[in-house]
Amino acid sequence: MKIRINAIVGGVIVATVFGMGLLSIVWTPYDSLGLSLRDRFQSPSMVHLLGTDEFGRDILSRILSGAGASLVVALVTVFFAILAGTLLGIIAGYCRGLVDRVMMVANDALLAFPGILLALGVSVVTGANKYGIIVALGIAYTPATLRLVRGTVMSLREREYIEASRVIGNSEITTMFRHILPNCAAPLMVLATSMFGWVILAESAMSFLGLGVPPPAPTWGNMLSSGRPFIESAPWLGIAPGMCIALTLLGINLLGDALRDWLDPRME
Amino acid sequence: MDVPMITKRARLNESDPNERVELSSQPVTQGPLLSVRDLTVKSRRGARILNGLTFDMAPGEIVALVGESGSGKTMAGRAILGLLPSQVEQTAGHISLNGLELSKLSQSGFHRIRGKVAGMVFQEPMVSLNPAMTVGAQMLEGLLLHEKIPAKEARTRMVEMLRRVQIRDSEDCLSKYPHAFSGGMRQRIMLASVMLLKPKLLIADEPTTALDALSQREVMEVMVDLARNYGTGVLLITHDLQLVAHYADTVAVLKRGDLIESGPPKQVLCSPLSEYTHNLIDALPKRDRSRAPVPDAPALIEARGLSVAYNGGHRAFSRSTEKLAVDRAQLSIRPGEVVAVVGGSGSGKTTLGRALIGMLPIRDGQVVFRGNPVAAGNRDAQREFRLSCQMVFQDPYSSLDPRQRVRDIVAEPLGHSKQLSRGERQRLVEEMLGDVGLEALGDRYPHALSGGQRQRVAIARALIRRPALVVADEPVSALDMTIQKQVLSLFRRLQTQYGFACFFVSHNLAAVSEIADRIAVMHNGSIVEEGSVSDIFDRPQHYYTRQLLEAAYVAPGQVSPLSFARQLSGSN
Repeated sequence: MKIRINAIVGGVIVATVFGMGLLSIVWTPYDSLGLSLRDRFQSPSMVHLLGTDEFGRDILSRILSGAGASLVVALVTVFFAILAGTLLGIIAGYCRGLVDRVMMVANDALLAFPGILLALGVSVVTGANKYGIIVALGIAYTPATLRLVRGTVMSLREREYIEASRVIGNSEITTMFRHILPNCAAPLMVLATSMFGWVILAESAMSFLGLGVPPPAPTWGNMLSSGRPFIESAPWLGIAPGMCIALTLLGINLLGDALRDWLDPRME
Repeated sequence: MDVPMITKRARLNESDPNERVELSSQPVTQGPLLSVRDLTVKSRRGARILNGLTFDMAPGEIVALVGESGSGKTMAGRAILGLLPSQVEQTAGHISLNGLELSKLSQSGFHRIRGKVAGMVFQEPMVSLNPAMTVGAQMLEGLLLHEKIPAKEARTRMVEMLRRVQIRDSEDCLSKYPHAFSGGMRQRIMLASVMLLKPKLLIADEPTTALDALSQREVMEVMVDLARNYGTGVLLITHDLQLVAHYADTVAVLKRGDLIESGPPKQVLCSPLSEYTHNLIDALPKRDRSRAPVPDAPALIEARGLSVAYNGGHRAFSRSTEKLAVDRAQLSIRPGEVVAVVGGSGSGKTTLGRALIGMLPIRDGQVVFRGNPVAAGNRDAQREFRLSCQMVFQDPYSSLDPRQRVRDIVAEPLGHSKQLSRGERQRLVEEMLGDVGLEALGDRYPHALSGGQRQRVAIARALIRRPALVVADEPVSALDMTIQKQVLSLFRRLQTQYGFACFFVSHNLAAVSEIADRIAVMHNGSIVEEGSVSDIFDRPQHYYTRQLLEAAYVAPGQVSPLSFARQLSGSN
């Protein structure tokens, strides 16, 4: 029953965050970009539920519209990294030999860079905008996925049921997608959920360096980093986006674990 | 250092091997070494695992605990050493070892007992040695834990012990890592490291189940010999009645945690009191003379001078010399004929089977299917050949995709028969599941099935397309004796019903006597002898065939291994 409760809590959190993102498209309490220098650094009150920032923008409004941006960036990036990494990983793990060696040399070279550094390099090319950051982070996190999938495939392909699949006449492609890929799902799910957290943090780091979503538009990451200088005088600037990131990660992790168990026939 | 009596006995034995038999058959007069009283073990959820088990073991006695999986025999061994898994606990009963009551012992008390007074040999030699430590380091670890002796003396003792378990170059062996040794050798190294401390009690939990017939025999002989020499009592946990008949002084039969019967093996095995024991004995392979001879027909499949190379040796700077796993094998199988291919591990029998159905590249020679060389055929012909050959694998735990339901696993091969309608497919699957006795289990996942049921699924998957040839790679050797019997007779019934030809791989000659029409014996990649079942069993020509027969405890002309055992136990 513990698993059920985790799944429900995780589901509710993730659904709420999605709801916030959707809501911000049609309604926010204030304009998330509207400057009002008279209202700078208002602490949370009934007028501004979460206070205002250094330009007098309403933090609740910015959190709501930031939810959309952060989620889109994180989800698309994770999806991109997992998809690319899985495809390449399966090919490397299944073909082995020269294909595998060439791919792994390239992959190891990429892995040797810290992910954020790689993303910075890529974003110089792609430019500082929402799509640029997705491509940059997606490429940065692909090698980790590739490594994981390749290792899993290598161990799976030695199982007898893979040989059995060949004996009954299945082609290599069928074997890969029907028997190997589904059995990679559990480790991938774990990786994807933790990657979600890394991406949100990496996005905030990129924004902090001026290579993320450009400034006036809010994301949780750049809100967090722009609140940093005022952490002593106006802590609410950092608390709200920080809490949002932490809670979302918690929700995604709970949901990911539940999903992994749910996909595993052994848990029936 | 030792109890004087044992030293004396050991010395006597070394000087004259003939005295050993006499000594061991002498009644042991002192009190029991191990006494188990009303041992009750339950899982924390309340399921009974052992129910008031009671038995005694005299010093130097060999007691066999026999039963199917789930009978609690392993838990009994573990309870003695205080090694029960955390979800299981001892709820009642006493165990006293060498006069010491074990039930009251703390964990640190057990630390002093384990190794020194009671040692244990595990089932899986491949995983019970640490692959990252040299053999010497592992042996030394246990020795120094219990005895403070100088390094030089320790080394002498280790070398001596390795020599006694018949490891060649025992000096070099100490600095090697476990991967350099075969399963049988690892098991003997394990035995050496346990016997180094001269324990009073040796618990051997299925010590030979994972080994092929020849190494099985070697390990058992070495173990019993050492135990008799040192006066060590052995608790032999096994499901193999042949071992019991040959080596045990007393046998205790367990069924679902209850002691069914016990006594000397001669009495228990020759006149069993319970149905259960009777079934266990019945499960031993017997030769079947009722098989109708296969009609003379042109060969279905033929291997002509077939050689297969190992695909190892891709080193950067050295081209390693090529080794042949199969060396110019010549074999033909007629339609509907079962040819058993027998040999020790590494003899190339599985490799030959795989190469025959095109799963491994061929180095030399050719495979001829229905009169046409396979390699020469066009793509369609090759595909048809591929689809009319199927395979049943050895390990039922890894041959089924854990994410597919039984019904989907069995249905999958039909995906290549495009002309079938959905309904026809379903009907075929249900019919096949019925044939292997799994009608009700189509919706299950493999993890929810027992080993025997899984192997039935694997058989159903192989047979659903009505193949002309099935390669069965030790399909029953991972299963319990009684389950082996069931699966084997199912396989035989289906073989008669569908009439497929079969290439049946096994390491145990006795096991194939029931199912084979012809037997081919393989040794080091070559087929050394081939003939009908009676040729091989009654008139073996090659020395290796004789060794295999001996390892299966079959004397030439014998119908069943156990009748040989009866004769043996009747004669002393």
